[in-house]
Amino acid sequence: MVDKVADNLALTGAGAPPMANGELVFDAPWQGRVFGMARVLCEAGVFSWDEFRQRLISNIAIWEQQHSEQPAVHDETVHDNPVYSEHVYYEIFLQSLSMLLANKNLYAEAELTVREAEFLARPHGHDH
Amino acid sequence: MSDNIEKHQLDKHHHHDSPQATRAEALESLLIDKGILVATAVDAVISRYAERVGPMNGARIVARAWSDPDFKQWLLADATAAITQFELDGGQVEKLVVVENTPAVHNVVVCTLCSCYPWAVLGLPPAWYKDPAYRSRIVREPRVLLAEMGLVLADDVQINVWDSSAEIRYMVLPQQPPDTLGESESELAEHVSRDVMIGVAR
Repeated sequence: MVDKVADNLALTGAGAPPMANGELVFDAPWQGRVFGMARVLCEAGVFSWDEFRQRLISNIAIWEQQHSEQPAVHDETVHDNPVYSEHVYYEIFLQSLSMLLANKNLYAEAELTVREAEFLARPHGHDH
Repeated sequence: MSDNIEKHQLDKHHHHDSPQATRAEALESLLIDKGILVATAVDAVISRYAERVGPMNGARIVARAWSDPDFKQWLLADATAAITQFELDGGQVEKLVVVENTPAVHNVVVCTLCSCYPWAVLGLPPAWYKDPAYRSRIVREPRVLLAEMGLVLADDVQINVWDSSAEIRYMVLPQQPPDTLGESESELAEHVSRDVMIGVAR
């Protein structure tokens, strides 16, 4: 079981998430949710991790090009992968995930926009 | 959908209702409605990573010590050197000292000054490890506090409290459960929890 977990982690190599001392680092709950969603969908066979990772890697490269004058934020708490802050990494992660799912026609882009608008319209202070 | 990442603002001033949090929530809710995703599965993955990935290194080390008496001897004599064979990728390993539980002795780890912790082998510390109450009471009244945390020790079991520092980190080597003799290392590692290696469980 332990070895199986280790094999399935996808925590190393290009595009690997921010980690500190062998542990994933999230600095807001939504980042953990997004990571969890991607892993569940991958394990359910909706996409392969490699397919997702390739998209993530290319989106990170795009981000770096666009921010070449402003190096990716180095968050002191992220020791192992000082290239991105958790926030930037999971921003790109979320975008990569939603793009991949939309490209697979699992939902229409407009549906997500509508749902997002509904959530944004909730009374201030609503926080699940 | 555009491949242009700029279309979303990369807001670094994140808070509870950041645009990313809302978008993530909207995506999850949409996928759940469509039957593509189950919320509890996401919860399970998150807790699996939080509880297993970090402490897994420590569990592998304990499992080897249980299986290999020579390794165990080396681990107790010079843990920093003994664990190099595990190729831990969790950042730098400070001087690590492993302390062994016996029927007569129980060990528990704390950092009274801050939250020094053997990160490379146990991952991130649990929230209570940084709690001032844990840090002071585990020294002052370890038997009472351990009992409150669910570990009731017989009065004749000696409790050693190890205070971590920036220079030295401690990890507890628990006793092998008698019914696990003969199991493989990866099976043995399954029995080793983070709390046991900190010493708040046995």
